[in-house]
Amino acid sequence: MTSTTAQRTALYNKHLESGAKMVDFHGWDMPLHYGSQIEEHHAVRRDAGMFDVSHMTIVDVTGAQAKAYLRHLLANDVEKLQDKGKALYSGMLNEQGGVVDDLIVYHFDATNYRMVVNSATREKDMNWLMSQAEGFDVTITERPEFAMIAVQGPNAKEKAAKVFSTAQNEAVEGMKPFYGVQAEDLFIATTGYTGEAGYEIMVPVEKAPELWQQLLDQGVQPSGLGARDTLRLEAGMNLYGQDMDETISPLEANMGWTITWEPTDRKFVGRDVLEAQRAAGTKKLVGLVMKEKGVLRAGLKVKTEEGEEGIITSGTFSPTLGHAVAMARIPATNSSTVEVEMRKKWVKVEVVKPSFVRNGKSVL
Amino acid sequence: MSNIPSDLRYASSHEWVRPEGDGVYTIGITEHAQELLGDMVFVELPDVGDQISAGDDVAVAESVKAASDVYAPITGEVLAVNEDLEDSPELVNSDPYGDGWMFKVKAEDEAEIAELLDAEAYGSSIEEDED
Repeated sequence: MTSTTAQRTALYNKHLESGAKMVDFHGWDMPLHYGSQIEEHHAVRRDAGMFDVSHMTIVDVTGAQAKAYLRHLLANDVEKLQDKGKALYSGMLNEQGGVVDDLIVYHFDATNYRMVVNSATREKDMNWLMSQAEGFDVTITERPEFAMIAVQGPNAKEKAAKVFSTAQNEAVEGMKPFYGVQAEDLFIATTGYTGEAGYEIMVPVEKAPELWQQLLDQGVQPSGLGARDTLRLEAGMNLYGQDMDETISPLEANMGWTITWEPTDRKFVGRDVLEAQRAAGTKKLVGLVMKEKGVLRAGLKVKTEEGEEGIITSGTFSPTLGHAVAMARIPATNSSTVEVEMRKKWVKVEVVKPSFVRNGKSVL
Repeated sequence: MSNIPSDLRYASSHEWVRPEGDGVYTIGITEHAQELLGDMVFVELPDVGDQISAGDDVAVAESVKAASDVYAPITGEVLAVNEDLEDSPELVNSDPYGDGWMFKVKAEDEAEIAELLDAEAYGSSIEEDED
């Protein structure tokens, strides 16, 4: 399973020390779990857990036309970002309106931004960023010298505070969700992929193992890709490559809210296609809930009451709710139920908004 | 690497069989099987009184990762099922050879037991899987 070419993060040895089961994740040797992914899931919902997300790609966009470039590149509008450190979630689309990647962009000033894009799409993203930069006065710089640790959960901030320096604690004091700040050698952001409060922390590679150990000493539970997937799914957050990709419009991926249509003269990449799709109507990404025994899984067929077909894009057993939940892409339906084909039987399940758990609590 | 008790018999499909005397056998899945599946979330068991034949899919172990059929290693009648698994499927992970047992069978033909793998043979079979 583990190929000799798989890349290791700065925290590889820390994972082994904690008994991780390592798996190949798009060319990175990453922890799947450290014993029980369900216990790790509960730790994040009830206390504090941490994830090595060093495989993600950090890219700085700087230069006189950095803002103009990003207003061209992204479906969401960085013009909305006025405060220093404020972050925005956006899709980056191709000319056909498909999602090249989803990302977070932090604004420092109109000439200085930082983006975090997916690891599995790194090379494709970098090529896309470069090709779209033609004609803009911008510099695009990858920052592989940083590792990244996500600390998430109701007690995550309190535990992280015990590890931060006085200056770092002052810097994050009162920081609202979706902001980031450089504080000494750490870039600390109130972002995450779990539906819980917490931080994503960029740390110089050589200091990452020490930070991980300090968090471990505070009782933060190391958590792997398995828990990360069930947590993000409960929170209704998309996974690139699974819930959307280059062939899928953001309108079909519950990302309509990330498209900024006004002003109408902002001609971001993919805009014309999206406008036509919006007028014609598209499939929708919805949430599914099944309270009977069994687990909804990606790839299962869905049938609406009108007899049209859809598909589950992500599905799992929700450890917080104790039953299966899923995201599915389906044609418009007037019914609050659809049927899913499970082990050759059609099972009726409930259709909900694609968000199931926030801050430790069911939102169903 | 995983624990394979020498006093049990095994099917290559990763079930274990423990003799309880009087032709009664307890059945579960091996530590190796639960490691492959990951955290268990549901276990569907046969009904007490069911007649099962060796090789039938009689139970389902559903984990976060996949739903996996559990096959009857021997033929006979189901005498008991582990009802604790209804609320605590994780027992299959934490104690696969003990509290995580699945069902008990009254064997129709005890000669079938001899056809199952011993610990050493099962150990070799899973090593081959990993190659």
